[in-house]
Amino acid sequence: MHSFLRDNKIEVRMAVVLLAICLALSLLTDSFFTLVNLTSLLNNNAINLIWAVGLLVVLIAGGIDISFAVASSVVQYVGVQILFSLDGGNWVLGLTICAIIGIGLGLINMILIHTFRVVTIVITIATYNAFFGLLMFFTRGRSIYDLPDWLTDRIFIFEHELADGSWAELNLSVGVMIVCVIATWILIRRTNLGRQLYAFGDNPEGARRAGVNVAAMQALAFGWMGMMAGIAGLMQVNIVQEVVPNALFGRELDVLAAVVLGGARLGGGKGSILGCVIGVMFVAVTQNGLNLLGVSPFAFQMIIGAAILVAISTSNLNFSDLFKFRREAAK
Amino acid sequence: MSKQPSKRTSVFGSDTSGLLVLLVVIAGAFSLAAPQFLTVPSLSSMGYQLPLLGFLTLAMLGPVLSGGLNLAIIYTANISGLTLAWVLLQFGGPDPGIEAFIIGVIAAIAVGMLAGAAIGAIVAYVGAHPILVSLAMMVFLRGLGEFLTRGGDISGFPDYMRVIGHGSVMGIPVPFILFLLVAVGWHILLKRTRHGFSVYMTGSNIQAAEYAGLHTKRTLVLIYAFSGLLCAIAGILMAARFNSVRVGHGEALLLITVLACFLGGVDPFGGHGRVVPVVISLFILQILSSGLNLVGANQHLATAVWGLFLIAVMMLRSHHIKILISYLRKE
Repeated sequence: MHSFLRDNKIEVRMAVVLLAICLALSLLTDSFFTLVNLTSLLNNNAINLIWAVGLLVVLIAGGIDISFAVASSVVQYVGVQILFSLDGGNWVLGLTICAIIGIGLGLINMILIHTFRVVTIVITIATYNAFFGLLMFFTRGRSIYDLPDWLTDRIFIFEHELADGSWAELNLSVGVMIVCVIATWILIRRTNLGRQLYAFGDNPEGARRAGVNVAAMQALAFGWMGMMAGIAGLMQVNIVQEVVPNALFGRELDVLAAVVLGGARLGGGKGSILGCVIGVMFVAVTQNGLNLLGVSPFAFQMIIGAAILVAISTSNLNFSDLFKFRREAAK
Repeated sequence: MSKQPSKRTSVFGSDTSGLLVLLVVIAGAFSLAAPQFLTVPSLSSMGYQLPLLGFLTLAMLGPVLSGGLNLAIIYTANISGLTLAWVLLQFGGPDPGIEAFIIGVIAAIAVGMLAGAAIGAIVAYVGAHPILVSLAMMVFLRGLGEFLTRGGDISGFPDYMRVIGHGSVMGIPVPFILFLLVAVGWHILLKRTRHGFSVYMTGSNIQAAEYAGLHTKRTLVLIYAFSGLLCAIAGILMAARFNSVRVGHGEALLLITVLACFLGGVDPFGGHGRVVPVVISLFILQILSSGLNLVGANQHLATAVWGLFLIAVMMLRSHHIKILISYLRKE
């Protein structure tokens, strides 16, 4: 327990803040700590969390990815077109196709980064523009509304009628999210590959000399991110019941902020699933809480931005140093 | 190394020759493909379009040189524009005097620099990653802007502001003249002043710069403040061009500014890069965009081409290709 606290300083600190916010919200509002609200919180953030765990793997490996939200849009469009050509398909086929297209897009990033030794942020910004531009060009910005029935059907993995007649329910995306989170946890914490991933992110040259296959590590990280982007893309279609080419555009930076807030280090080698979940939930709960408190929705982003700024400033500052400095100055 | 750099090479340098050739080739290709490409109206419309992306790219350049990134540039520009609009509104009436505009510009610049300096201060004194800090600032400023404007826009500016956005002197667009002046100023600041020297040193190796007695922390705060200053100019230009201020104006330009910097040969790790090649790469991007538009392709294809173009440049610059070229030369 003690070593857990020591090794996961940022996670623990964020968890305490998150719990404090949750506690305050349960006391201040009647509606926060209800089953309906908690389930809708999960429903609304499933896609973000699927992206977040994918991004976490890339960050651990020392990379960064800006193109994942756009990649999800590409997967949606291309995936649905392929499904049409297969006369509809089903869930298994849909998930497989989307995962494969996503992995393909991730590997494009990986190949460019690895072969030409370019900084990952440069390549992913370039592919972000290329993917989005090509998608909008070929689709002419048109949405697809006429989707296969299985894809737009509401599927609930949990439903419960409350005494007042309202329903608390979790939709399929939450189930998929849980699977993705657990799978990523197993990958990075319970396999040899995961340990190599951390080592590679922490010190690429050292890891290479220790016999880690650099290409395989990058392929794993970007392939995993791509797979998560593909799955998230399909789940988004299930939720909104349409394919809009520019619907996911611009959400990547918010997810990145949430993941880094949860303790993943830009630069590699550090980060945990727990922190990732806490980071995403921190943003979600803050937004939800402000909503319930009746704060104008226009103020949400401002408060979240300020909260992240405060969190960064305090989590990196070593307060004991500050006091030591003052004592010395007083002498 | 042994060759003494002459005055001319220090302004244009070897890194620009490739870009200049590219510029000429692309301009030549488009003038063949579209007869109206090399006409006065087409060139002058480019002259009106380029400066906005130009100012924002110059705002991105400083932080990139120092080894960071400023993801908050668009919203810093928006907030600065809002400040100007607010001051003009305070002076009431449909036609506030020129002094209102001057006060507004000063206020806008102050706000822009303050936002930048805040990012710089957190990066310098807390040691947090610039991507994360500027990202949080971006979320905050976007929220602040949405909160203040309720997501709407403020429009109806005095007529004399049209001169900045739409005027011309001897046929040359005013925004373009402004942009050239600022670019020259930025070049001088980076290449001819103590602060500029300090920026390059900090970007190359912050620890070595610190030990060499440079005020790296002050340098970082200053460079982000200057970045904010350039954003404010971009914000004022946006207000003048669109005759309205809205949070989200120019949102799609954010990652393109990064693209323009890297196209101009700026080292993503900081320490290397100059204003002149970046300006040339801006011309290239603008010609690609306008040329494709004249040939009949849409704006989204231009975005895709920009991304693919950056990938191509990165490939050409990579180690493998260099080895291949030197091998071919030996043969």
